[in-house]
Amino acid sequence: MEPSSLPPRLELTGITKRFPGGLANDHVGFAVRPGEIHALLGENGAGKSTLVKMIYGIMQPDAGEIAWNGQRVTIQNPKAARRLGIGMVFQHFSLFEAMTVLENIALGMDANIPARALEAKILQVMGQYGLKLDPHRIVSTLSVGERQRIEIVRALLLNPKLLIMDEPTSVLTPQEVEQLFVVLRQLAAEGCSILYISHKLHEIKALCDTATILRGGKLVDTCDPKVETSRSMAEKMIGGSLKDIQRSADRGFGPAKLLVKGLSLTPPGAFAVALRDISFAVRAGEIFGIAGVAGNGQNSLLLALSGEEVAPDHGAVVVNGDAVGGLAAKERRLKGMASVPEERNGHAAVPTFSLTDNAVLTARDRLGMVRAGLIDARAARTYAGEVIEAFSVKATGPGAAAESLSGGNLQKYIMGREILQKPQVLVVSQPTWGVDAGAAAAIHQALVDLAATGSAIVVISQDLDELLSLCDTLAVINEGRLSAPMKVADARIEEIGLLMGGIHGEGGSTHAA
Amino acid sequence: MTVDLIIAALMTVVGLTTPILLAGLGELVTEKAGVLNLGVEGMMLMGAISGFAVTVFTFNPWLGVLGAAFGGAASSMLFAVLVLQLNSNQVATGLALTIFGTGLSSLIGLSFVGRIVPPFTSPFPAALSRHPYWEVIFGYSPIVYFAVLMVPLTAWFLHRTRAGLILRAVGENDHSAHSIGYSVVGVRYAAIAFGGAMAGIGGAYFSMVITPMWAEKMTAGRGWIALALVVFAGWRTGRLLAGAYFFGILMALELYAKAAGFSFMPSQFWAAMPYLMTVVALTIISARGTQGANAPACLGKPFLPST
Repeated sequence: MEPSSLPPRLELTGITKRFPGGLANDHVGFAVRPGEIHALLGENGAGKSTLVKMIYGIMQPDAGEIAWNGQRVTIQNPKAARRLGIGMVFQHFSLFEAMTVLENIALGMDANIPARALEAKILQVMGQYGLKLDPHRIVSTLSVGERQRIEIVRALLLNPKLLIMDEPTSVLTPQEVEQLFVVLRQLAAEGCSILYISHKLHEIKALCDTATILRGGKLVDTCDPKVETSRSMAEKMIGGSLKDIQRSADRGFGPAKLLVKGLSLTPPGAFAVALRDISFAVRAGEIFGIAGVAGNGQNSLLLALSGEEVAPDHGAVVVNGDAVGGLAAKERRLKGMASVPEERNGHAAVPTFSLTDNAVLTARDRLGMVRAGLIDARAARTYAGEVIEAFSVKATGPGAAAESLSGGNLQKYIMGREILQKPQVLVVSQPTWGVDAGAAAAIHQALVDLAATGSAIVVISQDLDELLSLCDTLAVINEGRLSAPMKVADARIEEIGLLMGGIHGEGGSTHAA
Repeated sequence: MTVDLIIAALMTVVGLTTPILLAGLGELVTEKAGVLNLGVEGMMLMGAISGFAVTVFTFNPWLGVLGAAFGGAASSMLFAVLVLQLNSNQVATGLALTIFGTGLSSLIGLSFVGRIVPPFTSPFPAALSRHPYWEVIFGYSPIVYFAVLMVPLTAWFLHRTRAGLILRAVGENDHSAHSIGYSVVGVRYAAIAFGGAMAGIGGAYFSMVITPMWAEKMTAGRGWIALALVVFAGWRTGRLLAGAYFFGILMALELYAKAAGFSFMPSQFWAAMPYLMTVVALTIISARGTQGANAPACLGKPFLPST
């Protein structure tokens, strides 16, 4: 094959998009060859999503040109994009919760295909690429990983010539990531170009042929990720030098601050995963990681630890020597326990409330923000201001609505709100989900610093890299059961991966079919 | 004697059920697309006067029904422009539509007071439609059969056709539907128009079949019962049919209780029965935990695409 003789599959020239807040894309241009896996790198707010939306026809550029196989095109809408052969797998899945897998896929097809014929095609594509999924399940009963598979199948059914993947691996086990890479390499070998958006630099090094790096809406560099180091790419992304997690080498652990003994719990809700006989201990100064694929009981565990779900056995959760299993979240907070759930908007924070009001919601008792039933507005505002200051949250001030912040900034604010309360025990779920590298580093450093003051920290995450770099001890949750803890220094990735896959890897029947 | 009474009672139930069934089906489709239109009462009245007026001028009740559908849909378009184009609040706009429809239909109706319209001819031979027993099945206006036929048709449309799938998708997750490339606003316009047309025909059943003459506010709050019916039915067409007949029986009870002179209960109690039963039924449904599973997730939320 002579790549130089073929026009690029996709070529962008001088793409510019202006939003009320400023330029989202400022004269961005690059080309994707047929069969090339091309990475698009950048922090949150660098303009990746905007750029991709213009390629997929969701938005129109204010200036610049898009060429498809050498021909200048205007992509009016996603339907036009799909007609050209552009498929997209979204980061925030565009799925319909109350509908079946089959209905969801049918909605993504432009042609009206009878349900039965479509089902046969779906099974065929899934077999071809080793993806498994029951077409008749209702989406709301599926795990995040399974939902992503719907999106991938939906895109593959259209025989795309360019597949855009937005942060596809954040919810997968290492083995699933490998499987996905096999699929993507197979597609690329068949001539399909792939535009791959990710924060995970080692994945980009392993998978991609070319990387285009955006910062602040401008193109910083187009480079070969196999030549670059992860660090050099990260520094181009943030436009500065990356800080490593700093911690003292000779740190030791104190007595156990959080003890979980034989915790079994079935949270309400048809789709909640029951916890089965979970036991672990976290010592003062220790960061304890819980790895696992989404939908294996992480949510139930967070609810059981935070106190949103009360354990049937009062002694199942012990904080600082006090049994708290039977206490609700508010009482547990008073005992020195704080938690940050996975969902920022609507669970960790009220989207329409100001940052000040959101501070009152969890800090009111520990920091004395309420006197005689009245909120001490000044104390709340001061505290919100301190959090914004200490965690360099980009917001217009304590009065800004939580929903007006970007994901990374809101996450920094929520983490800061809990950390500055100096909890004895902190439980966090997905602390850097969808957060850019700079903010993630800041959150990780804050957790390490909190541990250094003698707090016990539990980090529940699906991002194994995060856990390996952050935690002292690691355990894996699978179908509501927790594995034996292991020291991170001694842990082997393959072993963790097998534990994460657990029974999941064997139960299916359509896998090989 | 008793058979006659039973037949008369059954026919009363069917008559009372038909308008709320029609309006309820229309509202169900509108809500499945994610739009809460509280203007059902107003649209019914607009349909009632439009259908009546067209029939007065054309002497053709079939054209009258078309006119009623058009009148209901036209008034719903007023709501649609405000809600879909200008993103006004759906609850407030729907209430305004009810007030507007009530007023405008009374104004138009002033010149039609005292006029009469030719009745529908039955689609069945007189041997059946006037038969003392068979009239319980064959003795109704064509609108009744249309209403019953629309139940499976609506279910089929929503669950078996691609257009229905897209409509439900728009009501379930408007942003996803938009990002896939469906016209959220276009689908909602169509759904609102269908809701308006069905409410209009439901209203015309009062002015063209039940009375048949024009009186202002003649739908007497049935639009609100149709709205309750949709929630009561859990957005399912089959249950909507069952619910409509359940309400029809309760409304008939009120009439018969009054006529029979039951004095042990004040008549207001019977009048309140449909509403009391709504509360009871909703409580039972939500206690069983099945309610909400079928409610459109985007119901009542404005769609703002670029955010």
